[in-house]
Amino acid sequence: MSELARLEQVEVQSGRRTILSLDRFCVQEGEIQVVLGPTGAGKSTLLRVLNLLQWPHCGRLFWRNQELHRPAPLRLRRRIAMSFQEPLLFHGSVFANVAYGLHLRGVRGPALEKQVMQTLQRFGIAALAHQSAHKISGGEAQRTALARALVLGPELLLLDEPLASLDQNTKDCLASQLRQILRQSRMTCVWVTHDQEEALSMADRIAVLEQGSLRQVGTPEEVFFAPQNAMVARFVRTENILPGTVEENADGLASVRVQEALLEAITSFVPGARVLVCLRPEDVSLRRDREPGSESTRNRLRCTIEELRLQGATVRVKLDCGFPLLALITRRSAQEMALTVGETVLASFKATAIHCIPNDE
Amino acid sequence: MNPIWEGLQEAFRLIANLDPELLRILVVSLEVSSLAIVVGMLIGVPLGVFLGSRHFPGRNVLITLVNTGMGLPPVVVGLFIFLLLARSGPLGDLNLLYTPAAMVIAQVVIATPLVVGVTLAGIQGLDEKLRLQILSLGASPFQYYWKLIREARLTLLAALAAGFGSIVSEVGAVMMVGGNIAGQTRVMTTAIVLETRQGNFSMAIALSLILLLLALLINWLFTWVQQKKSA
Repeated sequence: MSELARLEQVEVQSGRRTILSLDRFCVQEGEIQVVLGPTGAGKSTLLRVLNLLQWPHCGRLFWRNQELHRPAPLRLRRRIAMSFQEPLLFHGSVFANVAYGLHLRGVRGPALEKQVMQTLQRFGIAALAHQSAHKISGGEAQRTALARALVLGPELLLLDEPLASLDQNTKDCLASQLRQILRQSRMTCVWVTHDQEEALSMADRIAVLEQGSLRQVGTPEEVFFAPQNAMVARFVRTENILPGTVEENADGLASVRVQEALLEAITSFVPGARVLVCLRPEDVSLRRDREPGSESTRNRLRCTIEELRLQGATVRVKLDCGFPLLALITRRSAQEMALTVGETVLASFKATAIHCIPNDE
Repeated sequence: MNPIWEGLQEAFRLIANLDPELLRILVVSLEVSSLAIVVGMLIGVPLGVFLGSRHFPGRNVLITLVNTGMGLPPVVVGLFIFLLLARSGPLGDLNLLYTPAAMVIAQVVIATPLVVGVTLAGIQGLDEKLRLQILSLGASPFQYYWKLIREARLTLLAALAAGFGSIVSEVGAVMMVGGNIAGQTRVMTTAIVLETRQGNFSMAIALSLILLLLALLINWLFTWVQQKKSA
């Protein structure tokens, strides 16, 4: 995969406040890179810089390894297209909206009509072509907005929270449609979102942005299951983040003291290291004391159930093991086990389920 | 008989019979004000779009000047244009004083700040992200400004109506620089003043009715287009 765009030592300021500060950010050709971060993290600013609509206060921009200089040439800007959270449709018909970018590029007549209609068909809105863009539903408007950007066949597609303003059903439907279109066309895309499920389902790579800085870049598995720091861990809902100290480490199998408990974890941290033990709630199994447990499970803790909370098809179980621990089990398991608040259960999890990160806090 | 009732009857007779003097005044009025609003729009719209979409040092000073210009007293405009075009003035050699051209200049000065102000407000009222969207789809600077104008076109219509309405009903400036010469620079407003002074109320009422009708027509047209576009 070759590099399409790269930012180096880029800083964007608003007044005296730095809103974006990146040592290095690159977009590989053909990938869908999701930029994940909370509100105000600098995600939209990053998109504006990548779209060459906002020039950073300092830093260098590269396009296919060629350094760019201000002002960005129009022919380069026309290789990039962007769509926002709001459809931002223009006055006129759905067709006129989708045709706008092609029209700017001098495409006219049958060629224009063919390209627009093909794109409308891909998004399932061909029947709306001649309707006023301001008289269609929210989902249809967002499809029109996406079609308006995709019809240009951009080398780089930038999407700023494209599904955020839609209801869940429309969102799921459009996400799957968009995923299919992007995969088929192998279009390079930078997709900004704060929604983790969206990030997991769409991304080839995820970049986690917080307070204008990149906290981690990696595959969805790396970011979600091996976060590099506490911020990322919290943001990707690793809800069990427990401070501990490595007591010994034998060939990568370490014993980590978390309050009174000694947990076994696969990690390279040396004895004496202060760490944060990250454990996802879905990796914690529960069973009654007398039931036999899995032999390969290295960690078993006797805990008291403090709270049971139904969450759709799952139940969140808040446990007290000398330290707070969260487990996520299916509703059926909870019913079969007849769990009740106050009773004692055995919580178990594998050494491989634990991910240790340095404790800098 | 009541002079108002008499005047009204006579006015309707003049209008119904398409009185030649009345028509001449109407034609001069429409010619002068139409040309002035076209020039005013040609200057005011690009200026309004520029001020509404760009940020640069001194922009606020310019906007303050525009806002002041929107409330410029026509007689003050008339006085300055008179001094400029008077025989001893800097543009005296052009011999424009007491010609329709002088009236057009005065009306352009009155209408332009209004057009700039209304256009500026319309452009500023567009969503900031809409502007980014236009650029992000690959618009060149010209294409960008053209799209902004098209997206704010209802506002431009308002600018047109406000500008034309203000100059067609203005009397002070055209009186000073036009001189109210019959058949040449006599327009509806100056004729109304003259006919009233002379006690010829029927002509004054007839011209007033046409002026009111014109205002009604412009506003009806504006409302119709606005409703059609927003429906």
